[in-house]
This record gives sequence, structure tokens and C-alpha cells, in this order.
Amino acid sequence: MIVFDKPKSLTDAPLHYCPGCTHGIIHRLVAEAIDELNIEGKTIGVAPVGCAVMAYDYFACDMVEAAHGRAPAVATGIKRSDPSKIVFTYQGDGDLASIGMAETIHSATRNENITVIFVNNAIYGMTGGQMAPTSLPGQVTQTSPYGRDTNHCGFPVKVCEMLSQLEGPEYLERVAVNNVKNIKKAKAAIKKAFENQVNGKGFSLIEVVSTCPTNWGMTPNDALKWVDENMIPYYPLGVYKDRSNKEDK
Amino acid sequence: MRKDGNDMAKLTFKTDLCKGCGLCVAACPKNLLILSKDKINQKGHAPVEITDQEACIGCAFCATMCPDCIITVEK
Repeated sequence: MIVFDKPKSLTDAPLHYCPGCTHGIIHRLVAEAIDELNIEGKTIGVAPVGCAVMAYDYFACDMVEAAHGRAPAVATGIKRSDPSKIVFTYQGDGDLASIGMAETIHSATRNENITVIFVNNAIYGMTGGQMAPTSLPGQVTQTSPYGRDTNHCGFPVKVCEMLSQLEGPEYLERVAVNNVKNIKKAKAAIKKAFENQVNGKGFSLIEVVSTCPTNWGMTPNDALKWVDENMIPYYPLGVYKDRSNKEDK
Repeated sequence: MRKDGNDMAKLTFKTDLCKGCGLCVAACPKNLLILSKDKINQKGHAPVEITDQEACIGCAFCATMCPDCIITVEK
């Protein structure tokens, strides 16, 4: 009996990501959620600009490539023109939290019925490791070689906390993929985000705290430890908003 | 069937897709996985290998951590 195999919603194309990059794990969790809900035939994904720009090669469902940061706007268009489709976006922190901040906030406050997977690795990966809006205070990057100085560059954007102030969004949760336990939790959260859309509940955003071993300058295993010691204390995991729970009470 | 009466677990690796990142090696609770010391795959990485197939408990922790989905676990 097969206990674990590649989900059907991922193609056989080899991933181009660096060794140990957790994008691969998050791709798999999204594909597993699509498989388990049996919605592959009617799912449309929106790929971002960033390392995941070629996600359209990896997901077996239909995919669209959006301009930098505009994935929630493109997803809004697709969802409103055909509400029977399940639409998700897959975006990094340079895409969603920087140039795409307006689209993110407005699609959240409209409670657009889409699912957003937000991969937060605190750095611009594809362009070579520049400081991102989510880089931690003191974090060394290509454009902050002495560490992020908050007097000069300000503080990181905490997307889940910020969006949870809005009345619009249905479901906001921050998860991590740095160990097996957190991966199981991340899978449940991503599945719930898709279920919310199937049930017509509205905007769900899952922030996944991720790694960038190459640009952090660490081995893949050290990068997972760095997530545990530095990222998670600054970006606490948990559910930031869940309207379905409130209604149940 | 293993000596202790449990069903044997079997790992299969798509060796040519392995990037040798070592996340599975660190995740294995029985420390059964190593990066090959004498082989190099198509991509030029030292791929993962299992040292003792019979000792594998089939927990699939390695496959859960693998970013490239190269591990299939049967039990």
C-alpha cells in the first residue's frame, strides 16, 4: 500500500527551486488540498512574479501568470467572470507585501471569494537576496549589509496582523513549514482555505513562513533552524481571523 | 514482514531529481538516510540513500520534508 506519493495535481516537471527551498513543500501542500477536495478540473491558479513565477509548469490545473503583485486583482477578475471556478493565488513576500499590497488589502476588504497562499521568506529570492518588506530588523541582506536598520528602513510588515483589522476577510492564518508537525498544520490550514472558497465564504489568506537557504547564506537545515529561532518569534503562528468560528459560537 | 512482526516499509527514491539538500536526512527519526558518498546523479548532486531498508518504520517524515517529492513510501 502506498503511504506517501506525489499528489496528482503536481506535474512531473522537475522543480527549478534551489536545493532545500521550501517552495516545493508548499506546492505539494496546495496540490494535496486540491486533490483531497477533488477540484483539480475546475481550479485556476494565478502565479506571481518571484521565484514561483514558473508555478504554472508545476501545477496540473489551469494557471495564469499575473504582473508583479497583481495576482489578487487577476484572481478577482477570473472569479467574478466565472464563479463556478476555484481560484487561488500563490505569491511571495516581495510580490504580495510590497508592490502588490494595494491589491492584497482591497481584495481582502472586499471579501473576494479567492484563496491566497502567501509565502513569506523575509527576502527577495529571485532577484538575488535584497531586503524585502518582511525582512527582520537586523537581518543581513544584499541591500542591508550591516543588517536592517529600522531607523532608516522602518519595520517589517506583518500581513496577517494587519489584514485581521479589516472586517472583510473570512480566514487568516500564519503557518510554517520548518518541521513535520508544522507541515501537517500548514496542510490543514491550506485545505481549509480552499474549503472556504468551495463553500462560498470568501477571502482566505494563508501566510506560510518559509526559507531561502541560498540568499540567507545557510545550509537548508540551518535555514529551518533560523526559521524556528528568528522568524517564528517575530511572526507568531496561529489563526488571526476566522469568521466561521465566531458564527459557531 | 520484519523480525518484530511489523509490515516492512519500502522507500523508493527518484534519484535523478534529488538535489541533495539533506532535509530528509535530518528528519528521519531512525537516522537511516545519508547523502551518497560515492554516487552523483544527473543534476550533479550526491543523492539520498537508505542505509538499512529493514529498519525503516514507514513514518514518511522524509517524504513530508522533501521539497521535490522524490520519495514514495509503501507499507
